Amino acid sequence: MGAKGIRIEGLKKRYGSGDTAVDALKSVNMEIAPGEVVGLIGPSGSGKSTLLKSLGAVIDPTAGRMTLGDEVIYDEGWKVRDLRALRRDKIGFVFQAPYLIPFLDVTDNVALLPMLAGARNSDARARAMELLTALDVHHRARAMPSQLSGGEQQRVSIARGLINRPPVILADEPTAPLDSERAMAVIRILNDMAKRFETAIIVVTHDEKIIPTFKRIYHIRDGVTHEEVGEGRAVA
Amino acid sequence: MISLASRDILHSWGKFIFTGFGLGLLIGVTLTMAGVYRGMVDDGKALLDNSGADLWVVQQDTLGPYAESSSLSDDLYRGVLAMPGVSNAVNVTYLTMQVRQGERDVRAMVVGVAPGGAGTPGWPPYLVDGRQITRSHYEAVADIATGFKIGDRLTIRRNQYAVVGLTRRMVSSNGDPMVFIPLRDAQEAQFLKDNDAILESRRRTAANPAFNRPGAPGFLDAVIAAQSTNASVNAVLVTLEPGHEPEAVAQSVRRWKRLTAFTRPEMERILVGKLIATAAKQIGMFLVILAVVSAAIVAFIIYTLTMDKIREIAVLKLIGTRNRTIAAMIMQQAVALGFIGFVVGKITASYSAPLFPKYVLLLPGDSIAGFFAVLVICVLASLVAIRTALRVDPAEAIGG
Repeated sequence: MGAKGIRIEGLKKRYGSGDTAVDALKSVNMEIAPGEVVGLIGPSGSGKSTLLKSLGAVIDPTAGRMTLGDEVIYDEGWKVRDLRALRRDKIGFVFQAPYLIPFLDVTDNVALLPMLAGARNSDARARAMELLTALDVHHRARAMPSQLSGGEQQRVSIARGLINRPPVILADEPTAPLDSERAMAVIRILNDMAKRFETAIIVVTHDEKIIPTFKRIYHIRDGVTHEEVGEGRAVA
Repeated sequence: MISLASRDILHSWGKFIFTGFGLGLLIGVTLTMAGVYRGMVDDGKALLDNSGADLWVVQQDTLGPYAESSSLSDDLYRGVLAMPGVSNAVNVTYLTMQVRQGERDVRAMVVGVAPGGAGTPGWPPYLVDGRQITRSHYEAVADIATGFKIGDRLTIRRNQYAVVGLTRRMVSSNGDPMVFIPLRDAQEAQFLKDNDAILESRRRTAANPAFNRPGAPGFLDAVIAAQSTNASVNAVLVTLEPGHEPEAVAQSVRRWKRLTAFTRPEMERILVGKLIATAAKQIGMFLVILAVVSAAIVAFIIYTLTMDKIREIAVLKLIGTRNRTIAAMIMQQAVALGFIGFVVGKITASYSAPLFPKYVLLLPGDSIAGFFAVLVICVLASLVAIRTALRVDPAEAIGG
């Protein structure tokens, strides 16, 4: 793989110790190239959420190695010092529920991240408008989140995840609350954005209707990942 | 960087305004309570100012005439008047009672003033209507807070008085408005018994062989006459000649007249430190309780508002928001709530103060101190919500 994307090698996560220890992740190996969208599926209790939290630098793995772009962010107990800045600058998040900030309008919801990173308000808003235009929600730029439909909220959430041009986006069940048509639209958008911004996107999902759209899928079961490469139905 | 706090306030302004209004009423009560205390102190100082005295000479070993009863012979003032440094010395009596006017009565402090005029110690220094007392009997000057008008007929004991003048801010340390009447009338009013009591007293005196001696005609009449008059006053108000130290003259009175004399600072200490001390403590307790209640309300409201957006806070933390940005948002909201509350409270206190029966004095310094106290309370009250917000795990934003 190139200089960007994400690579995970032998990632492990153990909760507790001694007799009560639980190995949530036993051996996770993943490699996602820039511009690629992969699915991560698995039954409840398989370790999906633990993996997502580890990838999102929210919890510390117990062992293994993670490389984001050309930067090692975790290596056998060592980790980058400022995880908050790492999350802000290098990782985008798209959630099952959009979790937009209810008291900020659409533009400021998207522009908030660069503002937090120190960008000027006008620059941050210009970047937000660019993304909102790309995602076709620019006409709702001044609307409050409560005034948006579910699909519009999710597109704004995707714009927020992309605003800092992160090398990787973690999407946690992004289509769960949407009907088939809107779910497919969201996957289409994610594919477009991945290509456009050279971003690696990991989509955690249970959604049967979108699983065939992934060219590569990682199954996780009992804390171990298995890669499956299929024809898929990549969405144009 | 945009202000998250102001955006949140604008988004849910109704909640903030109504909460701020409720808090404001509480702050208004707090400011008013402070104003009541200031009013009591000011009433006490007004009483001393309006008496026009430099020294108060009272019965030995008493704190009279305002804090304790004091009784002096009404000819003692002559001796005081002759002392070095004394410019003027006049008798005065104070009697708090119900003064009747027609069908109603008003609680007032009846002041008996010695013959003189405006500028004589004890007299009202200025009038807002009518004239000063010019006759020896049955005329009165009343504070307008009594509600009396020029020409009203007042009943004090068995005598009737015509209101000839009105004055303002002449009140006792309790805030009771004053009614000024001639000294002789006031002495009689202090002493006068009802007819049945007088008859009973005369009967008992006549039945006493020590007073009703067969060989001493006129002795019984003299005793009865002595029993029917009052030669006592409550205090002697003294003004000093320029260049004389009040404390030195007071020492001289204490030493040579064997009376108690108080200077102005000593009298202030008695009024503020003893007479209204209990009321001040009571008000102080109320202020503490109101401050605690205000803090609890702010803490509860801010905590509730924070808990309402706990998921959003988890998202903010997950996407890399600094803890201090989140803490500042919560603290700014608490301060904004306090600011709204203070403005509402200040307006409420200012407009309601004149409606209180007692004088409520709202000092700018108290308002400024109150404003900063509200801010401190709000900052402290926000700490619970900040602590909760900072303990939110960003992982909560991720399902599972």
